[in-house]
Amino acid sequence: MKHSILLLSLAIPLLGLSGCGKKDAASKSVSLLNVSYDPTREFYVDVNKAFKKHWQEKKGITLEIEQSHGGSGKQARSVIDGLEADVVTLALAGDIDVLNKEAKLLPADWQAKLPDNSSPYTSTIVFVVRKGNPKAIKDWGDLIKPGIEVITPNPKTSGGARWNYLGAWAWANKEFGGDEAKILDFITRLFKNVPVLDTGARGSTTTFAQREIGDVFLSWENEAYLIEKEFPGKTDVVYPSISILAEPPVAVVEKNTEKHGTTEVAKAYLEFLYTDEAQELAGKHFYRPRNSEIGKRYAAKLPELNLVTIDADFGGWAKAQKTHFEDGGTFDRIYQP
Amino acid sequence: MANQSVTTESPLVRWLLILAAVGVLTLFLLLPLFAVFAEAFRRGWEVFLESLHEDAALSAIKLTLLAAGVSVPMNLLFGLSAAWLVTKFRFRGRAFLLSLIDLPFAVSPVIAGLVWVILFGARGWFGPWLAEHDIKVIFALPGIILATVFVTFPFVARELIPLMESQGSDQEEAAVTLGANGWSIFWRVTLPNIKWGLLYGVLLCNARAMGEFGAVSVVSGHIRGKTNTLPLHVEVLYNEYQFSAAFACATLLAFLALVTLGLKSLLEHFSGQKSGGGH
Repeated sequence: MKHSILLLSLAIPLLGLSGCGKKDAASKSVSLLNVSYDPTREFYVDVNKAFKKHWQEKKGITLEIEQSHGGSGKQARSVIDGLEADVVTLALAGDIDVLNKEAKLLPADWQAKLPDNSSPYTSTIVFVVRKGNPKAIKDWGDLIKPGIEVITPNPKTSGGARWNYLGAWAWANKEFGGDEAKILDFITRLFKNVPVLDTGARGSTTTFAQREIGDVFLSWENEAYLIEKEFPGKTDVVYPSISILAEPPVAVVEKNTEKHGTTEVAKAYLEFLYTDEAQELAGKHFYRPRNSEIGKRYAAKLPELNLVTIDADFGGWAKAQKTHFEDGGTFDRIYQP
Repeated sequence: MANQSVTTESPLVRWLLILAAVGVLTLFLLLPLFAVFAEAFRRGWEVFLESLHEDAALSAIKLTLLAAGVSVPMNLLFGLSAAWLVTKFRFRGRAFLLSLIDLPFAVSPVIAGLVWVILFGARGWFGPWLAEHDIKVIFALPGIILATVFVTFPFVARELIPLMESQGSDQEEAAVTLGANGWSIFWRVTLPNIKWGLLYGVLLCNARAMGEFGAVSVVSGHIRGKTNTLPLHVEVLYNEYQFSAAFACATLLAFLALVTLGLKSLLEHFSGQKSGGGH
């Protein structure tokens, strides 16, 4: 008999626990799910706090805002597979385009719904070097010198790495007057200097800052200052002569918000990103605010820079993706592991 | 000291062997364990406790316990029935069933997660039906439990099958001739014989259920404070440069593993005394 009691005592928690699980799923409150990419976590923690207060004051509704972070491409995949995001805030427009193309979760013209290409903040690609810049790395041209180790994630899997690649391309394009053979040669030599290709930006950060591999790390600007904060006195940020304007876009996933009845609050949440309060937070977290007045206040840290854009210089994401990163694109031609 | 006459190696060789064994043990087991605890406490007790008290950490702990709390009893039942069926009866397809039980050991955890996405994801086989009825499986608790159950399925069965095989079904047959029915044969004959092996299997199953990363990572959706289990939370914290907090949560997992191991040796001690041991 002792044994039956033992087994029963094991079975009771099972019943109790599975009961709990059901209750959790059934209880409904107004909650928003923001599916984002890796480096935005700290920024959105602050934004969420501010927006919750704003919504409480305006509507008297207590909001619950949930966050999910991961590699931008992987996050898009999860949303397609059924992660019920109310809003997506990803690293590049291409990753939101697939939500329309693959699953019709939002309309094709999503990027026209909000100002500035639906990108309330921007960023760019900078160089992070060891303290004092011992290898004297000043510009893209220095990256192909022999003996320089360059750290970048893999452009096939990482949004940040694609911006890196296009930044290098933009410099070479100007330097060699558009001579594609010379540009390809430059990029080939650059990737010969890359000892490891991590799959995501955070992986590369760990490789460079924690494991101390490499001489220069091609990084998101905001990530570069985060490294400075987390590993004080170990690195310097170097601004190259030219870089690329990275526009991480945001969008309401309309099919999900209609189902959840959250369309209004999801829209308000994204519009809130353009308010002075949220723009201030963007600057605080080393993103470049769209609002130029507020941008000026952070100009000491985030200086004016010669930036090319994906639309003007690469014909938009769809074209850039096809030319450079899809199978058989320029990256496949120049990179041999 | 009585051993001395038995060993033929010179003291030097013996010491070298001992040294090598201790060296390997230190390098591969003790050092990593020490590193986890050292990192966790590097910024002191307060940071350690604070990181375990944080909402996201608490919810990760709760979710991990919940997932293990549901999947372990389920696998206890499944494993017990499977082992009973496979060892007490001979039927066609038995060998096939035996290898099927091992399947979760053989496939990569990533695949173990992806199969559920293919079945229950929004664009999976049953996705549209689930969406129509507003049932969430993937990126919610049921998905996490399914993935955990799949990955930990073989532990109980694998522990019991050799044990029950070696015991044969003589005692059960004797009980039948004495007029016992199936249920009382199970409670009074089979279960007492296998109880230590069963508990051992449950412990292993529980350890893996709490520690599973790959399969759960695929189906979790990584919603902070909602669908991050403890191992996933450790990764998230590590990626956010919160090394102390990451290792604080890792010590919890390490602690659970140590408790499991402690219980396991206790069990071995008892089972050795009582039934001669199945291992």
